[in-house]
Amino acid sequence: MSTAERGAHLEVAGLTKRFGGLVAVKGMTLAVEAGKILGLIGPNGSGKSTVMKLIMGIERPDAGSVRIDGVEVAGWPSHRIARMGAGIVFQHSRPLHRQTVLENIKLALLPDKLTRLIADPQTDERARAIAARVGLSGVLDRRPGTLPFADLRKIEIAKAIARDPKVLLIDEPFAGLTPKETAAFSDLICELRDDGRAVLLVDHNVKSVARLVDRVIAMYVGERIAEGSADEVMRNETVRRVYLGGAIETTARPESSFRDAATPFLEVEKISVNYGKAQALQDVSIHVHAGEFVSVVGLNGAGKTTLFNTISGLLPYAGDIRREGGTLRGRSAASIARGGIVQCPEGRELFTDMTVRENLDLGGQHLPPAACAEQISWLFELFPILRERQRQAAGTLSGGEQQMLSIARALMMKPKLLMLDEPTLGLAPVILEQISKALERLRQSTSITVLLVEQNVTFALPHADRVYVLEHARIVWEGGPAKFAAEMGTGYL
Amino acid sequence: MGSLSTTRILVVALGVAVLAALLPFWVNVYILGLLTVAYYSGVFAMAWDLLFGFANEVNFGPTFLIGTGAYTAGILDSLYQPPIWLCVIAGTLAAVVGGVVLALPALRVRGPYFGLTTLVAVLMLQNFIVVDAHLTGGENGLTVPDVISISDTVNYEIALWFMAVSGVILFSLSRSPVGLILQASGQDAVQAGALGFNVTKHKLTAFIISAFFSGLAGALLVFYVGSASVSTLVDITVGVQIIIAAVLGGRRTILGAVLGAVFLVAMSEALRPLGDLSNFVVFALALGVVLFFPNGFFGFLTRTKEGA
Repeated sequence: MSTAERGAHLEVAGLTKRFGGLVAVKGMTLAVEAGKILGLIGPNGSGKSTVMKLIMGIERPDAGSVRIDGVEVAGWPSHRIARMGAGIVFQHSRPLHRQTVLENIKLALLPDKLTRLIADPQTDERARAIAARVGLSGVLDRRPGTLPFADLRKIEIAKAIARDPKVLLIDEPFAGLTPKETAAFSDLICELRDDGRAVLLVDHNVKSVARLVDRVIAMYVGERIAEGSADEVMRNETVRRVYLGGAIETTARPESSFRDAATPFLEVEKISVNYGKAQALQDVSIHVHAGEFVSVVGLNGAGKTTLFNTISGLLPYAGDIRREGGTLRGRSAASIARGGIVQCPEGRELFTDMTVRENLDLGGQHLPPAACAEQISWLFELFPILRERQRQAAGTLSGGEQQMLSIARALMMKPKLLMLDEPTLGLAPVILEQISKALERLRQSTSITVLLVEQNVTFALPHADRVYVLEHARIVWEGGPAKFAAEMGTGYL
Repeated sequence: MGSLSTTRILVVALGVAVLAALLPFWVNVYILGLLTVAYYSGVFAMAWDLLFGFANEVNFGPTFLIGTGAYTAGILDSLYQPPIWLCVIAGTLAAVVGGVVLALPALRVRGPYFGLTTLVAVLMLQNFIVVDAHLTGGENGLTVPDVISISDTVNYEIALWFMAVSGVILFSLSRSPVGLILQASGQDAVQAGALGFNVTKHKLTAFIISAFFSGLAGALLVFYVGSASVSTLVDITVGVQIIIAAVLGGRRTILGAVLGAVFLVAMSEALRPLGDLSNFVVFALALGVVLFFPNGFFGFLTRTKEGA
């Protein structure tokens, strides 16, 4: 331990976590001192949330050390690490719904004892003080279900600070908040830092946390790729390459070259989707021509997966979705999929206990046996590795192989429109390239139409004929991939 | 506004209990007998709700705990005839020990496996009772030489006040800080752990408390009926009846379970003319309540008042 690190409240060294064959976190090292804020950033699947869970004891590390105030806590159960002075603010609020806001905060103040049948009289007073601090005084007697999203986040932070943690971990602090709420939340985080706590902010982008952090660590596929001030990390070449890619070669075909220019294959017109209070999509309009490759780029929480689920008929929506001019409203998800609009979901959703071959057969079960066999042999040419792995259980494949299998299974349904949801999630660059090549072959050798949603711009741009940018539930930009880097690039650092 | 205060609900509930205590002046011996059994079922159902409603663990084996308590007490009495209270204590302890032995490994597994483990425990107990007939009476049941009282009124009052005291304890517990932590552990174990609560400890305690009341009620029931049998105490269908009573009454309400238990007994009596069909009607009704009033009777009653 160096002298500079001695005052650190939180020190992590050599932290490693494997999930089956996937190394989610590899030798991660970081330190946060009292009264400082460290930002831990990385694209989806980079392992940053896993680092947070490892520190908190929600997952057990395979190797490495986690020290809080010099005490080694790696491998301890979560409740003991909490008592050592670590607290976490989860991204999704999970309050007790039958209890009031005040009771939810009181819960966090209770000691872990079975003999405490009547709460300490001071509990009430302390809970009210904490509520006042985070700005919940006006809603103490309300149930969480009746509150807006920003207040639910405040309950989470109130619970975390109720235990007066020395180390505070905050997952995606500003996800889903309006700019005004974000500003208020930032001020609160600064106050907590000024109390002398060590704060770790986990987020996707440097930009969103730049104003708050003293230092930033950038992660990619489980490893640390850069560390420094927010500016330094934003200027870092590796970081830029991970987020934006190097020089992007695009091979876009002009929109006028598609035969169905007047009535595109898929037209999504002004659709809006709500999840309770949160608006997930707002007046989103996109279209895809037959044979076209369209990418929708957006950060986590922008509404990408919601868009796909809406097109697939899984969610109620306002607006209209048409296929070759005919509305899809009122058709079941199964009928939309059988009609050839097939979604390849994020997270792959393979049948992990079944073999590669069985997964593919399942995808082709509506085809006649001969056509099924033909389709499989074509897919084995497209993804040669799957031929070798035929008899292996899908769960034993690496992340990249699973992704290929997931795409292949979707292709077994002979889709007219293939919708790919973040195929690069958690994949190493080399694997990414293999998938990228397969998509390129797909694009050149078939007339398939592809709609891709991604936050990895490097992957989304090269194949795309057209690009949409989805931000906070809205389409904010549309254009060719060549113009993207120049006009939109900086937002994706 | 918030939920009805704990004290107000308890005052109302005790008022109802006092009225129920006067029933022997009005109703006949037959109905008293039915209610006596219903009150013991009420305790079974309340103990079950502590696990399901608060710890969020579906225990398919309430009868494992009940049967362990009942048979331990009954066998002890038939072998050595110690004072009844000693048999009851022994039965209760056996249920608690059985509960810990079952819960320790079962709480390590997640999701549906906990329920499956408890289900298998019932089958094992049932099998043991049938096979070890010289000790347990096997399929014919075990007749105990002693009973608490031969007076129907005394038996009725014992059951009623035993249920009332159990209800007060379990209900107050559910609304105490310990109950709050248990609820948090049940709903989101990850977050409860991150807030510094030892989830396993709280769930295990809930299981022990549930086992205590189940075993105690089971042992008392044996000395009311004068016998113990698989079909009345251990069989899976007995467990299902308890679960239905708790769900009908209202999940996470504790006291609602008593309403559910009394309702089930009343229904099967009212539907007796239907013969074998009566169970079908009761189950169909239960299904309807679960589908359309998932908060049960008690949830329905308290919600109406809250709305005002």
